[in-house]
Amino acid sequence: MTTTTLTDGAAAANQDTKIRIRGLSKVFHTKSGAFTALDDINLEIPVGCFFMIVGPSGCGKTTLLRILAGLEEHSSGSLEIASPAANRPGNSMVFQGDSLFPWMTVWENAAYGLTMRGLPKSEIKNVVGHYLSRTGLSRFHDYYPHQLSGGMRQRVSIARAFANDPDILLMDEPFSALDEQNKLLLQEELLRIWEETRKTVMFITHSVDEAVTLGDRIMIMTAHPGRSKVLVDVPFERPRRVLELRARPEYGELVYNIWGHLREEVQRARAQDEGRAS
Amino acid sequence: MTNAAQDANLKTRSFAPRRRAWSRESVERAMNIVSPVALLLVWEFCARAGWIDVRFFPAPSKVFQVMYNLIQNGQLEKHVWASLQRLWWGILFGGFPALILGVAMGMYRTLRVIVEPVIMATYPIPKSAILPLILLIFGLGEASKIVMVATGVFYPILINAMAGVLEINKIYFDVGRNFGASRWQVFRTVALPGAMPLIMTGIKLGVGLGLVLIAIAEMVGAKSGLGYMIWNAWEILSVETMYVGLISIAVLGLIFTLILNELERIIVPWKSSR
Repeated sequence: MTTTTLTDGAAAANQDTKIRIRGLSKVFHTKSGAFTALDDINLEIPVGCFFMIVGPSGCGKTTLLRILAGLEEHSSGSLEIASPAANRPGNSMVFQGDSLFPWMTVWENAAYGLTMRGLPKSEIKNVVGHYLSRTGLSRFHDYYPHQLSGGMRQRVSIARAFANDPDILLMDEPFSALDEQNKLLLQEELLRIWEETRKTVMFITHSVDEAVTLGDRIMIMTAHPGRSKVLVDVPFERPRRVLELRARPEYGELVYNIWGHLREEVQRARAQDEGRAS
Repeated sequence: MTNAAQDANLKTRSFAPRRRAWSRESVERAMNIVSPVALLLVWEFCARAGWIDVRFFPAPSKVFQVMYNLIQNGQLEKHVWASLQRLWWGILFGGFPALILGVAMGMYRTLRVIVEPVIMATYPIPKSAILPLILLIFGLGEASKIVMVATGVFYPILINAMAGVLEINKIYFDVGRNFGASRWQVFRTVALPGAMPLIMTGIKLGVGLGLVLIAIAEMVGAKSGLGYMIWNAWEILSVETMYVGLISIAVLGLIFTLILNELERIIVPWKSSR
């Protein structure tokens, strides 16, 4: 049985829960048989939580996010998302890799969600202008994506999602293709923009550092089939400064701790890959 | 070794890059003009010397003389204008439905499965071979010529538009859905612009084919147009006029290519600066 319910906004506010997932599973039917991507996921994500999902590659992280985004159907279980305020989109996704339209300028890309919703021109101008300046892209508003670096393209992608002002932000390894320096700068930038609105965020990463740096709560997933292995709370106060945070001994301890949970799963994922290869 | 000797040594080793009087680019550009002109000169010389049969290959100077006369008495303008009008309507009537249907077929699998077999079965039929049928259906008037051009333009644009949409990375359609784009908005903001580079290729192919077909269509049952002019020249044995017709078609083709290339630069700016 599958249900996707949009609960009444007021009721959800009482419970302070934005997303509730119960026994959610996803099975893909392929030529070589059924493939369980997600198995019995249970989650409760409060409003305004910066929620991180960490897991070995192929554990179904992206599938879970795509289900939340409405781009994929779940096979069984239930998914409840508190309905967004009127005139506000439910969610916007920052995709993994290049997802900017090559045929649109930076401005047109960042304005995409608002344009599709047919908002008045003046409002679009204000909102897009704000987020392009917050991401340091104002100067490049009439550039096409191929004229930008990878880091700049990902910033446009973030501006596009924030400008759409969704209830929930879904981020699928948005920084995984970037080099270490750019990644750090973008993490700081993301935290700064997020502080303005404190939206509910669901953020996928394979980097434990990134999870601890950005998140309030981290779900570590098992190797295939994807299950929730353990939930970890991140105790650090906000607003956070990335570098200062990383210099703290508690930070190192937490990263080490999480690695302990994750190592086993990564090794299992590797064994599965090797088993498949031989 | 003294310092002076070392300096001398250095001097002989450091040499400026060799300068060419002509860059390769300007030589190539010059050849674009020089080689056809040279061919015309050789042709002219051979015709005057009587080395080639001027009944089939009249001297270029005579062709240009006839061309000048045809321009003076307005004949050439009349024929060019007639052909251009048929081309224009044919491209419009064939190209527009092809564009819409092709993009839609790329977007919707069901539509593709239904329509594609029909397209693939009729595509290999030479368009010139259906001229008699089209004359039968549409008569000897303007309609049959326009339909001929339209059938020629239709296939390359449809096939390229469909292929263009199918080549678009799936992620762009996901973005469209995630940001709440309606079907029409996805068509307008994702499928159409994404397929545009290949659609332009289809338009170029289609216009080229349209020129071929208009010449053929006008040779049968027309009283105007460049095709008629060439056919009529054969009947009255005015070889020079025939050449004027051929040159006119070539020049039209060249102008179309230049216009379409410029159009492509404007419509697909995100591909041009590569």
